[in-house]
Amino acid sequence: MPSRTVSHGSSGRLRGLFLVMVLVFLESSVFTLAFASSDQHSPTTAHSDGHKATDHGSHNNTGKAFPVLDLNYENVRVPFEISLWVLLASLMKLGFHLVPHLSNIVPESCLLIVVGLLVGGIIRGTGETVPPVLDSKLFFYILLPPIILDAGYFLPIRPFMENLGTILIFAVVGTLWNAFFVGGLLYGVCQIGTESSSILSRIGLLQCLLFGSIISAVDPVAVLAVFEEIHINELLHILVFGESLLNDAVTVVLYHLFEEFSGIGTVTLVKGFLGVISFFVVALGGVLVGVLYGILAAFTSRFTSHTRVIEPLFVFLYSYMAYLSAEIFHLSGIMALIACGAVMRPYVEANISHKSHTTIKYFLKMWSSVSETLIFIFLGVATVAGPHDWNWTFVTVTVILCLVARVIGVVGLTFIINKFRIVKLTTKDQFIIAYGGLRGAIAFSLGFLLEKDHFPEREIFLTAIITVIFFTVFVQGMTIKPLVELLAVKKKQEAKRSINEEIHTQFLDHLLTGIEDICGHYGHHHWKDKLNRFNKKYVKKCLIAGERSKEPQLIAFYHKMEMKQAIQLVESGGGIKLPSAMPSTVSMQNIQPRPPTKPAAERAIPQLSKTKEEEIRKILRTNLQRTRQRLRSYNRHTLVADPYEDGLSDLFLKKQKMFQIEKKVIFRMNHSGIKKAPNSRDEPVLCLHIPDNLANNQF
Amino acid sequence: MGSSSSSRNKIPNAQELMDQTGFSSAHLLRLYDRFECLDRDNRGYLSPDDFEAVGGLAMNPIGGRIIDAFFSSGQDTVDFSSFVRILAHFRPTDRNRNKEGTQQELPNSRTRKLKFAFQLYDLDRDGKISREELLQVLRAMLGLQVTEEQLQSIAERAIQEADLDKDDAISFDEFKKSLEKVDIDTKMSIGFLK
Repeated sequence: MPSRTVSHGSSGRLRGLFLVMVLVFLESSVFTLAFASSDQHSPTTAHSDGHKATDHGSHNNTGKAFPVLDLNYENVRVPFEISLWVLLASLMKLGFHLVPHLSNIVPESCLLIVVGLLVGGIIRGTGETVPPVLDSKLFFYILLPPIILDAGYFLPIRPFMENLGTILIFAVVGTLWNAFFVGGLLYGVCQIGTESSSILSRIGLLQCLLFGSIISAVDPVAVLAVFEEIHINELLHILVFGESLLNDAVTVVLYHLFEEFSGIGTVTLVKGFLGVISFFVVALGGVLVGVLYGILAAFTSRFTSHTRVIEPLFVFLYSYMAYLSAEIFHLSGIMALIACGAVMRPYVEANISHKSHTTIKYFLKMWSSVSETLIFIFLGVATVAGPHDWNWTFVTVTVILCLVARVIGVVGLTFIINKFRIVKLTTKDQFIIAYGGLRGAIAFSLGFLLEKDHFPEREIFLTAIITVIFFTVFVQGMTIKPLVELLAVKKKQEAKRSINEEIHTQFLDHLLTGIEDICGHYGHHHWKDKLNRFNKKYVKKCLIAGERSKEPQLIAFYHKMEMKQAIQLVESGGGIKLPSAMPSTVSMQNIQPRPPTKPAAERAIPQLSKTKEEEIRKILRTNLQRTRQRLRSYNRHTLVADPYEDGLSDLFLKKQKMFQIEKKVIFRMNHSGIKKAPNSRDEPVLCLHIPDNLANNQF
Repeated sequence: MGSSSSSRNKIPNAQELMDQTGFSSAHLLRLYDRFECLDRDNRGYLSPDDFEAVGGLAMNPIGGRIIDAFFSSGQDTVDFSSFVRILAHFRPTDRNRNKEGTQQELPNSRTRKLKFAFQLYDLDRDGKISREELLQVLRAMLGLQVTEEQLQSIAERAIQEADLDKDDAISFDEFKKSLEKVDIDTKMSIGFLK
């Protein structure tokens, strides 16, 4: 952070100033909102009055002076409020990181909820009604998709697929278990534990089961928010996160099932059976819709080479359409979004320019970050807004049951799953998985969607949901980081994949496929190999433009690495020194006059310092793709370079220059017949290969 | 199949094999069935053309090397115990077992797995993967889709990264080091062989 480099006194002052500004802004925005919400009472009449007033005013004003400055808030009210909220959220995010040590102890999500509580409290304190911000439509159609798309687009496919069975079992069976356990036991407690006249005993079984299904789903937003800060190892991260994504299908089905049942009042076996079928339809249908849109997006990106600027737009639009299309048919929108992002990514990335890739990445991160912040703030505001109906028994029993159900579910399922896994899940892993089952805003929004006339106990439900959310986010969210440290759980390895890893991993893939064939066992590797072959043969040809479709994965990886290194080199100033460095250190004067009768032990190449050698070697390698080879014709088309890329044209120019210089050096060396130092290991690399006949001659 | 005891009698040195490789008798039985299935002429041993008859190996870029790995130097037959010993490398490691003691000798320890993979690279058995050997592997895997220059530069870079003692080849320790972040236990295990 820039302020840290400044001296402590002035940085403290700057920070203080910034915080004061934030607070002032906060107050003013709150009052504006309060003022605005009071206008909500009679929006239409006020609006029409305003119009008429201005009309009359304009007529009347022909006699008076023309109003130079006029106040008209009504026209900009809605966009203004929205922008205000977003700005508030972003400033809060900034503010947290300026307060020292706060972001280490408390996860951001907790802080944001507290801010939401404050804002809601202030609004209520000024006597106005709190606006119902966590409107379900807003949440499901605007706030949730960016987060899910960000997760789906950057989903690490390999660990996800390797653990797919485990994830599915946790998502489906685990959620079902949670829902029925919590719902059923809650009903039992309501019936038995309380008097027959109290409100609790009037809650039917179906309502309880519906409540159970709402509260049992692990929330991807909350999981992302908390797990991102603890940097846990990849396996656990993908297990909990994958579960939170895939349980959406279960939640959707259960929710609609129980909602309909409690509306109608009768449950038949046929309906139950249809419910099971609808689960498969919802899940697989969602995935299918996502895959379809993903393929469309990949296909479209094939033709965007002339209009690079709108490439990111296609990615966003197709994904959003996938989500909305799935929602039309009551399919799982989240699964559609994930499938769309995951399917389209390898092909789109092969087609689009580097800049578009960066744009997509940063836009997704920005949108998902803002969405997440807004969701948590709105949760806080909605808590203050109420309406609440606090019932000690219900709430405490719910919280306890949720915890117990989660623990039992995870332990029981792990026991079964470990029989099929190669790498077993240890007790520590199980603890983290159970502890990471956070609930969040999805549960609240689903509860909010319930209609009051069907569900008179709606407020009790909402209060309980909010309590569970607060409990999981605050208590579990805050304590998970020290617990991870305490239990010494393996952290994420910040590994940069090296070319060696890539080569050897592919090699091992082939090896394992071969061994599986010998054993006659159609395992994991066999199917992966088949899929890769199919992908290479048919799919890539359709969806990737031009030359890149035939490029093997290893080459793509290698080129990515080289590109990154070249960019780094240029940024660090290494590349700029290039044209001058070469001739001055390997100048012709140094090489040429040396008499050929010098003993072979002496090197024909001038001494270079080790670091300079390394640098030149690197530069040569990145720019020329060869250091110890015979010079052949340099084929520009073997490089996967997008001719429309800026910056790469400079690199090409440098390459051409280097090529010419090298040619000159070779020419001179051949003419003077200098013997190359043979295979000396720690010699500088600036040895260009001399044709064999010369090398064999003794001098 | 007949009762397990009679089938077990068919397998020579069954107990010894089980101790040395860590397979259970059920696994050994399954492997023996597979061995008999591959051994079409019922000779009691396998030759290279038996392996080549296996479907997927022809399309596998390193199929030839895998087959050669089964035949220790010089011989061109594989009997059941050698077959099992090679496949034992791909048993999943038992994490719960204590690391000292017997674990090191079992063929499915991480080091032994890596050694097996290393030997597939290092065909001339000099203990190092030279640039030429690496090039051969890359050529096999990437085939005709890539130019020779690209292969050379990839091989160059790979050796650059891994070669710590600057001898222009990758020794077994360097090989192990470059793969330290990869979970070999998962990657080189087949669930079938648990």
